[in-house]
Amino acid sequence: MATHTVRFKIKRQDGPTRADTQRWEEFDIPWHPQMNVLSALMEHRRNPVTVEGKTVPPVVWESVCLEEVCGACTMIVNGRVRQACTALVDQMPQPITLEPMTKFPLVRDLVVDRSRMFKDLQKVKAWVQLDGTHELGPGPRQSQENQETAYPLSRCMTCGCCLEACPQVNDRSDFIGPAAINQVRLFNLHPSGKMNGAERLEALMGEDGVAGCGKAQNCVEVCPKEIPLVDSIADVSRQTTKHMLFGWLLK
Amino acid sequence: MAAKTSVRSESQKVRRVIVVGGGLAGLMTVIKLCEAGVPVDLFSLVPVKRSHSVCAQGGINASVNTKGEGDSPQIHLEETVYGGDFLANQPPVKGMADAAPGIVFMLDRMGVPFNRTPEGLLDFRRFGGTLFHRTAFAGATTGQQLLYALDEQVRRWETQDVEDEKGIVVKGEKMVRKMEFWDFLSVVQDENGAARGIVAQDIKSMEIEAFPGDAVCLATGGCGIIFGRSTNSVICTGTAGSAVYQQGAVYANGEFIQVHPTAIPASDKLRLISESARGEGGRVWVPKNAGETRRGRDVPEKDREYFLEDKYPGYGNLVPRDIASRELFKKAFHEKKGVFNSKSGKNENEIYLDLTHIPKETLKKKLAGILEIYEKFVGEDPYSNPMRVFPAVHYSMGGLWVDFERAQNGSLVAGSPRNQSTNIEGLYACGESDYQYHGANRLGANSLLSCIYAGMVTGPSMASFRSNMAKSAFDLPKSVFEKARKREQEKYEAILKMDGKENPYAIHEELGNMMLRDVTIERHNDVLDKVISNIDELEIRARKSGVTDTAVQSNQGATFMRHLFNMIVLARVIAQGARNRDESRGAHFKPAFPDRNDADWQRTTLALHKEGGSANHAVNYVREFDYAQNGKGVHITDAVDISLVKPRPRKYETAGAASAVAGTDDKKTTSAQA
Repeated sequence: MATHTVRFKIKRQDGPTRADTQRWEEFDIPWHPQMNVLSALMEHRRNPVTVEGKTVPPVVWESVCLEEVCGACTMIVNGRVRQACTALVDQMPQPITLEPMTKFPLVRDLVVDRSRMFKDLQKVKAWVQLDGTHELGPGPRQSQENQETAYPLSRCMTCGCCLEACPQVNDRSDFIGPAAINQVRLFNLHPSGKMNGAERLEALMGEDGVAGCGKAQNCVEVCPKEIPLVDSIADVSRQTTKHMLFGWLLK
Repeated sequence: MAAKTSVRSESQKVRRVIVVGGGLAGLMTVIKLCEAGVPVDLFSLVPVKRSHSVCAQGGINASVNTKGEGDSPQIHLEETVYGGDFLANQPPVKGMADAAPGIVFMLDRMGVPFNRTPEGLLDFRRFGGTLFHRTAFAGATTGQQLLYALDEQVRRWETQDVEDEKGIVVKGEKMVRKMEFWDFLSVVQDENGAARGIVAQDIKSMEIEAFPGDAVCLATGGCGIIFGRSTNSVICTGTAGSAVYQQGAVYANGEFIQVHPTAIPASDKLRLISESARGEGGRVWVPKNAGETRRGRDVPEKDREYFLEDKYPGYGNLVPRDIASRELFKKAFHEKKGVFNSKSGKNENEIYLDLTHIPKETLKKKLAGILEIYEKFVGEDPYSNPMRVFPAVHYSMGGLWVDFERAQNGSLVAGSPRNQSTNIEGLYACGESDYQYHGANRLGANSLLSCIYAGMVTGPSMASFRSNMAKSAFDLPKSVFEKARKREQEKYEAILKMDGKENPYAIHEELGNMMLRDVTIERHNDVLDKVISNIDELEIRARKSGVTDTAVQSNQGATFMRHLFNMIVLARVIAQGARNRDESRGAHFKPAFPDRNDADWQRTTLALHKEGGSANHAVNYVREFDYAQNGKGVHITDAVDISLVKPRPRKYETAGAASAVAGTDDKKTTSAQA
């Protein structure tokens, strides 16, 4: 049996247009070993009663894998943007506050709409232009060293942490953010991906592109997969400059 | 009349097909459909990039024979059917094994950052049930990397316009229309029962809509959440498969649930520690002294019992999962030799999985992804401490029954509309939601392969079905769809009105605890009888629960209620199937019937839903049935196609036993062990 409870303070809102319902609610959730924010929310769902003793609809949140590989459960935990699944309760000061990310449209409670991130991947053509999925033999040979550069870049879960932390991503700017820029670096590294490198760079040449970075370096601080986002932005920035200056010569 | 292969229907609408599920199988199906010129509506409960395929860790099998061990697709086929204890139909397995090298090369071309050899070729590692290095991998997050590659290709198809036969762009129509955050409710059936589209619910706005489709594919994954805690993602409730089973689809081999030997014990999820840990040399052990108080790292070699290596010198720590799980369970549960915890004063259900003898540099290159999970959730450094693990529900070998058409050469007839078709005309299934490739036990790193291969088969199969159909779904009267939509709308409103005292999440916890305790590693008939009657009771109680939320938007409580009912229905199929099968085969183990019984049970379990029983959901197990496709009747029996590899007893004590070809050639097996 639970020996004690953990106090959670959760920011809630019933729907995107229901700012009138914005409120904080507090819950005491029975502690269990290896408790993390999501296992706490699951426990809460079985008995959704506030500290005042009022039964309320359970808090709504997004989660899939519970092992920090899908990117779904990003939220602001104790003021820091991160995945809730790896937020271990015993390692955090209490009460624990949970808030939705602020840089994306709110859906409900802790859920936000991150669809812009997927649209951005379309915009920068984050794919290898394949001739087809029929058998065409092995792919291009690559060094293990190249794999070791590409693999960390490829672990981006489109979780939104870097956009949330970036001061340049806000209501007054259309800055695409670090995640999509990192994907351009990734695909421009690949032996056949780089054949369409110019198109990707061109998608990042506007004001909303790589030039929008203000070099605050918050992104790399919050990235749960420790992707070298600042290096990626610098690298892509160099590529766009080169392309801008000499691209027409190479055509 | 418009040509049957036309992109437009007679009423001039673009003839789309529907794929439900955006994991590896669904995405591969979509890509193949697009390449065949068929526009697709892709539905998914979550953004497809977050599908459960993302959790797969170790790798994907393909007999490329990069290491010169003499591996071949023939050996891959043999080891897969042997590992599956001869319950899989062999032609689809042959098709898969033959296609595997091409699939891995395709993924490589898509940009998957596979680990490399010094020459820049794909690197391969060992996995369970084989002695060959057959598994290509991208660190220890291979599923994630494969999913991303297919997701990227589908994203490209999202930007492509639909073109008609003359190459003229159809305005406003893209090849892929992605519908994310939609929950599948049911298929729309016409008066003959054929699938003509689906009804789905937007889980944000909660609106319910019907969508026509000239064929429908379910690629909706496994059902591990029925067992409460498992290695599965929270979305793997099996709800879609259960829904179509209740609409008449046959569910096959439901009782075959894989328990993976090594996961991290916890209260919310049992996080997987991939078999690749053992493939790279990880060793499983317990202290010889049950009351050992020293930390794992401090227990010297002479005081350790490497029980898998001792009992199975041939395959050692890489025996197939069903065998390893039973041995770990026996050690901890029956012999009480799990890791001793001085705080609780008892031997916990924990076994050591040890990587500490492997150089840190190697581990970082090949296994960092899983070691990071262990470190983050357990708070202990696995580079210098043996990990503590225990078996967990992992994969469903069973699933929706699907057909195949056998070719002369023993493989599948390419493009046959029968391949991957369920018994509901126009409804296809692939990926973990089908039952086709793994028999009674799946070999590690065959799941990513079977998902992609099945997708490669399903796409052309659906395209071929679509070109042969008499009347497009887009030419049916609207009333067909409206009726189906209304039925689901009424069901949803009924859920919203539920105001009983029971909490659906608490009932799910009870269901999960029972299924986990009684229907996994060891199965006993008297216990299963109780489980089956308890399932009925739980269902009746679930009907007395109250929906926890009545909000108009993002009502997760109502969605969960529906999934819960569907889980209970599948739980019955699993438990009853296990009760019936009086033998032991692969993952299905009954101590009272310890041997495989080919005379009575070399057959597929075929379950049909029927009304009846105290909760009004009962299972009708059949030995044969008929189904129709494009005007032709097909007769199906439960006989397993064993035409390629003759069944023989399954033993892993001797090296090379899993493959007759490999086993007869001493030189090959020796080099494979090296």
